[in-house]
Amino acid sequence: MERIPVLRMGPLLLITIQVDMHDRLALQLQDDVAQRISDFGSTGVLIDISSLEIVDSFIGRMLANIAAMSRVLGAETVVVGMQPAVAITLVELGMSLPGVRTALSVEAGMESLMSAVSNAPDEAGDERPQA
Amino acid sequence: MPLMRLAMNVLKREVQPLKNSNDVVLARQKVRQWAIELRFSLVDQTKLVTAASELARNALDHGKGGEMVMESLVNGSKSGLRLVFEDKGPGIADVDQALKDGFTTGNGMGLGLGGSKRLVSEFSIESVVGKGTKVSVIRWK
Repeated sequence: MERIPVLRMGPLLLITIQVDMHDRLALQLQDDVAQRISDFGSTGVLIDISSLEIVDSFIGRMLANIAAMSRVLGAETVVVGMQPAVAITLVELGMSLPGVRTALSVEAGMESLMSAVSNAPDEAGDERPQA
Repeated sequence: MPLMRLAMNVLKREVQPLKNSNDVVLARQKVRQWAIELRFSLVDQTKLVTAASELARNALDHGKGGEMVMESLVNGSKSGLRLVFEDKGPGIADVDQALKDGFTTGNGMGLGLGGSKRLVSEFSIESVVGKGTKVSVIRWK
């Protein structure tokens, strides 16, 4: 079955969307990411959309769903590499991807994820004594 | 008749069926190709393809499939692309409500119709309950 690869790199999952996705493929990716986070205990998900020529409301919703599901499973998501024309169109369409962390490049996204991942245990540590 | 031809000329016409989600991908690719041929800017191409994607998916998900007619237009010195999405689905009872952001009957975010209206130059919709829906959009260059 056709699938978008979800790669594991240490505590992170890396996804590069390089095809013009039909809707079933997008839904499959959502399920796969949730399964992988649970299998590997991943704490970060990086999604590279630099090859995507459009993001419509369906794909936008998929990105928001992945970010929300990941958060519930204890992982942070960052979406990187959105093309400027795609960003302009998305906002005009009425979607600003609330709740989705974004970064311009893979490098910046990686940094943002690593700092979120390394901060996470500290926050948990701070909260425990208060509880 | 000659006057009407002067007003708006259709240079090229093609029909793309919308029977499954692969057809939606094909529709996007064809619209992109035509928009490039018409030398639309990258932002305009992206807007048009995104609108086409929303409307094609509507025809498929809500209209149980249909077709997209693409027409390359010339109106005086203006050139443009018209896309007509037609389905024989259940139709829309309240078109004004369906055009509002956030209105959804399906599993989307309810941005499809209202959102795509903002992405094109001209937008019209005709819907008859029990007969189907026809959405026509034009993006002028």
